[in-house]
This record gives sequence, C-alpha cells and structure tokens, in this order.
Amino acid sequence: MDATAPAPGSDVIPAKLSVQALKVSYGDAVALSDVNLEIPEHHVTAFIGPSGCGKSTFLRCLNRMNDHIPGVRIEGRVRLDGEDIYEPRVDPVALRRRVGMVFQKSNPFPKSIFDNVAFGPRVHGCKDPVQLRELVERSLRQAALWEEVQDRLDGSALDLSGGQQQRLCIARALAVEPDVLLMDEPASALDPIATAKIEELIQELKTHYTIAIVTHNMQQAARVSDYTAYFYLGRLIEFGPTDQLFTNPSRPETEDYITGRFG
Amino acid sequence: MTAHDLRRRQVERLMFAATMLAAATTLGVLFFLLGYIAWQGATSVSWAFLTRLPAPVGEPGGGMANAIVGSGKLLLIAGLVGIPVGFLGGVYLSEYGRGPIAFSVRYAADVLNGVPSIVIGVTAYALLVVPFKHFSTLAGGVALGLMMIPVSLRTTEEFLRMVPDSLREASLALGAPRWVTIVRVVIPAAMRGILAGILLSLARVAGETAPLLFTAFGNRFWSEGWLQPTASLPVMIFTYAIAPYDDWHRQAWAGALVLLTLVLGANILARMVLVRSGGLGRSS
Repeated sequence: MDATAPAPGSDVIPAKLSVQALKVSYGDAVALSDVNLEIPEHHVTAFIGPSGCGKSTFLRCLNRMNDHIPGVRIEGRVRLDGEDIYEPRVDPVALRRRVGMVFQKSNPFPKSIFDNVAFGPRVHGCKDPVQLRELVERSLRQAALWEEVQDRLDGSALDLSGGQQQRLCIARALAVEPDVLLMDEPASALDPIATAKIEELIQELKTHYTIAIVTHNMQQAARVSDYTAYFYLGRLIEFGPTDQLFTNPSRPETEDYITGRFG
Repeated sequence: MTAHDLRRRQVERLMFAATMLAAATTLGVLFFLLGYIAWQGATSVSWAFLTRLPAPVGEPGGGMANAIVGSGKLLLIAGLVGIPVGFLGGVYLSEYGRGPIAFSVRYAADVLNGVPSIVIGVTAYALLVVPFKHFSTLAGGVALGLMMIPVSLRTTEEFLRMVPDSLREASLALGAPRWVTIVRVVIPAAMRGILAGILLSLARVAGETAPLLFTAFGNRFWSEGWLQPTASLPVMIFTYAIAPYDDWHRQAWAGALVLLTLVLGANILARMVLVRSGGLGRSS
C-alpha cells in the first residue's frame, strides 16, 4: 500500500508542515506507519477515518503531545517550516508556542475567562496588564466569543455553555499567537448550532493560521477543509484536495468509506 | 409470585436490614461518644479551665491552659514537618512518580501509616530527646509530624490525581513547561482537597497520646521553650484520668471535651472547604 501522496498543487502552496515516513508505536502496537504528507500553509487540512485509524495520534505528533505518553516511539520526520521538530535540540515547549492545539472535549481551566485566555501569554512572560487586556480581547474576538463574554471576563470559565467553552479554548490557543492550530474533533461534543459557529470560525481563522483538524464527521470535513487525508488502520490511504477526494476518490478504500459502505 | 421470587425478596430485605444496622451502629457509636463526653465534660469546662494552670494536688479548681497552648505548639511543629514533606511528596507521586522509586515511596508511606504510634515516639525520643538530654516540644512536634506524613502525602496524591489529564494537556499544549503546568494549573485545581486532607491529618495527630509520652513528656506549668517539655491535651487527659482523685477525673472529661471540640471543628472545617470546591471546581 503506497501512501505517498503529496498535496496536489503543493508546488504552488508552500507546505507549513511536512511529514515523511512517520511511524508511531506504543510498545509492540503500531499506531501509525509510513505516513507521508504535506500540510499547506493558510489552508484547512482535515484528517478523517474510522475510530482508531490513527488520525488523532497523527495530529498529536505535530506538536509532540505524544511525548507524554509512556512507552511511545516515534520515527520518521516532521518538519515545521523545514525544521525537523523531533531533532534533539528542539524544545517541545517552544514548539507548542508555534503549534497550538484545541481538544475534543473543551478543557477550560477552573479559572476566570480572562485568566484562561491570558494563561499562555503570562506563562511566556507577558506581564503588562494593558498588553494582556488587548491580547485577551483580540483573541476572544478572533474566536467570536468577545460579544458574549465581554461583561463577565472575571466570571468562571466553567459557567459558559459547551460551545462557548470550546470557543474559549480556541481563544486561549490563539492568545499564544501560534502559526499552526491543531484541532482534535473540536465540535464532536457540541450541538449543531455551536458546531456551525466553530466551523464558521475555522474558515475565518485560516487567513492567519494553518489549520489541521481531525474529524469523524465527513460532512464537516467536506464543509470546512481545503485538503483531506483519509486514514485507515494506521495508514494514510489517500490525501488530496477535499472536493476531489469526496467526488472522485482515487482509491477504492476511500470511496467505500465516504459513501458509507463502512465506518 | 414464584417461590424463587419470594426467596429473592426475603434475602433482599434481610440484606437491607443488615446494612442499615451496620450504618446505625456507626452513627450510634459516634453520637454516644459525643453525647457522653459532652455530658460529662460540660459541667467542668469553665473560663478558668481554659485560662488557668493546673492546681496543685488537693487544691480544687485550676485548668489546662498550658496543655491547650502546648497542643497548639506541638501541632505547629508537626505541621512544619508533616505538611511540606507530605505535600511535596504527594506532588512527586502524582506528577512524576513512575516505576520502582514511586512504588517504594508509596509503599513506605503505607507502612509508615501502619507503624504503631508508640514506635514513632521512640524514634523521636532517640533522635531528639537523647541528644538534647531533654524532653521537648520540638521532639513531640516532630513525632506528630512524622505521623502526619503518610496521610498528608497520600491525600495530596489522590486529590492531584483527580485533576483531569485534559487540564494538564491544555496547559502543555499552550507551551507551558511541565513544572509551570503543575504549579499554575494542577495544584490550584486540587488545592481545596489538599487543604482539607492536611486539616484532617492535623486533626488526626492532635489526639495522639503515645508519641508524646516520652517526647513532649508533660508539664504542670507553662513550657519554658521549644526545647523544654510541654503539657499537651491528650497526655494531660491521660494523666488526669488515671489519677485517683475525683476532681481530676472531672477535669479529664473537660479536657476530652475541649480536644474533641477542636478535632471536630477541624473536621467540619475540612468538609466545608471540600464541599465548596464542588468536586474540583468542574461542574461536568
């Protein structure tokens, strides 16, 4: 199964992240193998596939979140702007300032709304209250949450609704001013209205950020993404422009999945 | 209804009655204890009892002021020893502890928890009484502090473990180093629980008598310093209770009431701290 599939048109759009021969294993269990793909800058790339296909594992390789799982082994190359992020001299902490992440289940800190968004900047040394306020407001505006929370920034983040909490988590990630935003099924726990808001947001964010999103919802991938990668059993089966992959997949496995024959 | 159904219902009723009985016994013992001590002690607790030194034998009146202050000083030292060790050890076990070292620490804490308190007293005696050639507040406090370590360590660990990993990941994904994540996210999220655990462990050792018998020893007067013997409520109660004088017995009951009130107060405070945290502050 040859999974090498550079993004068509990647010669015109520069790749933000470039992955070569990536293999991930936990002990003896291989979660991902032989993944090669390029994530184009300022576009939305979706990873789809049935549960356990390795798409989340793949996403978490891009900001080295898998480092914290005991017994994990990662081989191959992941380059961010041409630089291998698994080189020993790369500090994963510094990497994560450039590659932010939003998780499946919204995970606001049990702190105020303001303190949630200001957490990253504060950790990175921003102490000036005026600057912090500006950054918090800008991030909340970018996450389309400002209008709803501007009067209660000191209120607990846990009092927000599920959809608001997820947008807060997006704002919190944006406040660090990353280049890349990784989203792990960011809308899977949300109702349709909140989901629509998040999807709309993703469209707006791609002008400033490179976005990679994992979703098990194919319609969502079709709606929000420019490129789609289909994973199955730990392998990348097909990768290409979203409309092409959905209307005219080149591999039968992809067609089976997107037509709902399984998964 | 079949015979089988009938039997099933009978067994269910019997089991339900048995669990109710056990629950009622627990509650009954507690209330009997509280009621009896309150009844016996209330008649002898007075302002003088709380503020005066013990009276000489044969003279009526007097109080346990030195024992109350002494217990306070002992708990202060116990806290200085037990809280930092228990807290930091708990952080280590929850956040870093893996493999054989963590296993040994956890195992040691459990064993230490089971060590008879008199043995802890002997240890403090050998370490701090023999070299100074004095019974002392310091030795008694350290003995109590050693007893606090396993409980405060394991409760700290448990409450830190209850903090969902998703919060740790959120912080790490924002580019926060591990230690910043622990200090700014994990510990604050578990703080109330840890606080409650520490309060309970303080309350637990406040009533310990055996470790104090040959460390803090006892004193019928104000203690002259941290390196001098001091009175403490549990030892005072013990001494007064085994004495042959009725007057002393009444004072022992009064002392028991004071000690119980303090311990109960700490327990209630701990519960309040814990309840207000609303399960680590997460509503979901």
